[in-house]
Amino acid sequence: MKLLSMTVAAVMAASPVMADLVFPSLSYRTGPYAANGIPFADGYEDYFTLLNERDGGIGGVPARVLECETGYNTEKGVECYEATKGEGALVYQPLSTGITYQLIPKATADGIPVHSMGYGRTSAKNGAVFSNIFNYPANYWDGASHAVNHILDVNGGDISGKKIALVYHNSAYGKEPIRTLEELSKKHGYELMLLPVDHPGQEQKSQWLQVRQQRPDYVLMWGWGVMNQVAIQEAANIRYNMENFIGIWWSGSENDVLPAGDGADGYKALTFHNIGSEYPLYDDLQKYVIDAGKAAGAGDQVGTVLYNRGMYAAMLAAEAAKTAQKISGTAEITPAMMRAGMEALEMTEAKMAALGLPNFGPEFSVSCENHGGNGLGAVKQWDASAGAWNLITGYEASDQDVIGPLVEADSAAFAAESGITPGC
Amino acid sequence: MPDQLLFAMEVTLNGLMAGVLYALVALGFVLIFKASGIFNYAQGVMALFAALTLVGIMEGQVPFAHLINAIFGTEIHHFGWHVPALLAIILTMVVMVALAWAVQRFIFRHLVNQEPILLFMATIGLAFVLEGVGDIMWGADIKKLDVGLPQGINEWIDITTFEAFGYGFFIDNLDISATIVAMILVAALIAFSQYTKQGRALRAVADDHQAALSVGISLNFIWILVWSIAGFVALVAGIMWGAKSGVQFSLSLIALKALPVLMLGGFTSIPGAIVGGLIIGVGEKLFEFLIGPMVGGATENWFAYVLALLFLVFRPQGLFGEKIIERV
Repeated sequence: MKLLSMTVAAVMAASPVMADLVFPSLSYRTGPYAANGIPFADGYEDYFTLLNERDGGIGGVPARVLECETGYNTEKGVECYEATKGEGALVYQPLSTGITYQLIPKATADGIPVHSMGYGRTSAKNGAVFSNIFNYPANYWDGASHAVNHILDVNGGDISGKKIALVYHNSAYGKEPIRTLEELSKKHGYELMLLPVDHPGQEQKSQWLQVRQQRPDYVLMWGWGVMNQVAIQEAANIRYNMENFIGIWWSGSENDVLPAGDGADGYKALTFHNIGSEYPLYDDLQKYVIDAGKAAGAGDQVGTVLYNRGMYAAMLAAEAAKTAQKISGTAEITPAMMRAGMEALEMTEAKMAALGLPNFGPEFSVSCENHGGNGLGAVKQWDASAGAWNLITGYEASDQDVIGPLVEADSAAFAAESGITPGC
Repeated sequence: MPDQLLFAMEVTLNGLMAGVLYALVALGFVLIFKASGIFNYAQGVMALFAALTLVGIMEGQVPFAHLINAIFGTEIHHFGWHVPALLAIILTMVVMVALAWAVQRFIFRHLVNQEPILLFMATIGLAFVLEGVGDIMWGADIKKLDVGLPQGINEWIDITTFEAFGYGFFIDNLDISATIVAMILVAALIAFSQYTKQGRALRAVADDHQAALSVGISLNFIWILVWSIAGFVALVAGIMWGAKSGVQFSLSLIALKALPVLMLGGFTSIPGAIVGGLIIGVGEKLFEFLIGPMVGGATENWFAYVLALLFLVFRPQGLFGEKIIERV
């Protein structure tokens, strides 16, 4: 017996020590945006917990989520980055456009990839300039185009002479779609009306009185946090037709519509992933994570829009890590290998179905030149009586004829001011 | 009548209503500053805490449920009952009185005769503690608040103005409710301070702490009383703002809207808070309507402070503030 114990100990000592795969989570569970930060952080962590509990990690190496509280504050986000990057961080998901902008030069210099999924600097889609920044599967300019395409669809393809208002958070994030909407207005002949809302957006009477007085045919919204709830309530108050009110994907969670009650019925929002929890993967999440008492939160957010988005972000990170392991031939990947994995990521319907998420997200592929995926997006609509979102379109393409040159111009300007020579 | 004039009238009316909401927040600051010389940084968080407590009680939510479940491995979240709004408001007031007692007993009792800046710093600490306790106690999710106040466009005003001018004005029923509540609140506060023994004692403390002590007025009692009243005002503000956006942690930021009102109206005057709120409300809305489109909009936040500073140039103590002359 003693000999057996010694043999086992010797074998264990001789085996290589498997380091964890570190996935930092720059979360915000406190502060004014906590209600949105919590479900995303829960979804992100729960997916990695599932992989650890069910599969023994990724390629046999356990995943470790390193959570750091940012409070949605850019300075704290940068501190979190500096505090965690030395732990072997493979990829950062900042969940804030402000933090993403700060991390672009830092992470590039450190050789660590950043995945700003559906937010951040749109022109980071150009991988030839932004070597370490990824924003697949869709970006804000795709979102602006999806919204206009949807308006085109419901108007038989002609929106010339229509008036479209953009109610936006008066920040780098909220201003992102303006350029695209201006270009699209030249192409389709609609009039664009801009209505900025200052942070945090609790008082929007002026903006909605202007909407009431000038009667735009459609209102688009780029909001976050309390701005969304107040805007939807004010739109309901002035009896704006909710069918004609479309939010970006960050203005389309349950948190945004529930406070307005029945008034929010018919409100639309964009999305780049599916909704609900009717997927085989959620059975595993329930069994291995929630029921096992290993959930990151209380387990009450599972299946909500932002939980799903956090889970989707983790799934894409895990798939990129698997790709990196395959390319590099080692399970213990470095940030540089992870970057290569993200650049070679291909999400097919067959792959998502095998993961237990059939039809959950659009198919897309990433390349050195294209860090933004295929830019597909869908439209969903809120049914207040059922208390549920419903997808009302399939995943559709954005107008790359307009967006492509904008991405090219903006990334070229960034390359010039940063002294970057574009190349793959 | 020209469209622009009608729109300006509508904006002015809505500015007045918004001003009442700002004044509701400012009132809490004034009450505490007047009685104790403390600028209560935590007033916005008190409004958040009161609103969270109100919704929690109404919905039968178990306080500290996540903490209890984490420690004892239980799965309790709700008591399974719904409490009527009025009863929930009364119970919330009991909590706010308990909070006032705790604030006095554990913080300010130990800081008597300290510099005002220390008292201010203590309220900053109180704000963080209260926000954290609110989170642990009731959770950080957004809660719908419905105490039965009407919301949405006022039909009568819409129809009447349409018949008169050919354009129906938008006035939110919730804003009308807030105005009525604010009027009742101010009348009650004035009546309380003028005609009750405690109110007179409160005014005596506000005028001179030592003189009040010398005639047998308990400072401790007065301060608990004034923090309780500020708690009630915070609850009213929390209800009005929470009904607009749901009860969520950004509610604490409504304090930012009260600061220019205080600068303009004075830190020691209840009528000043109301008049200051109205001037700020109308001023920022009209500026946004008339000048906003020329400068790219989103002018309200900064213009409120510019307006307040303009008034300060001519009346440093605010419109209704007391002119403090210190002899050396």
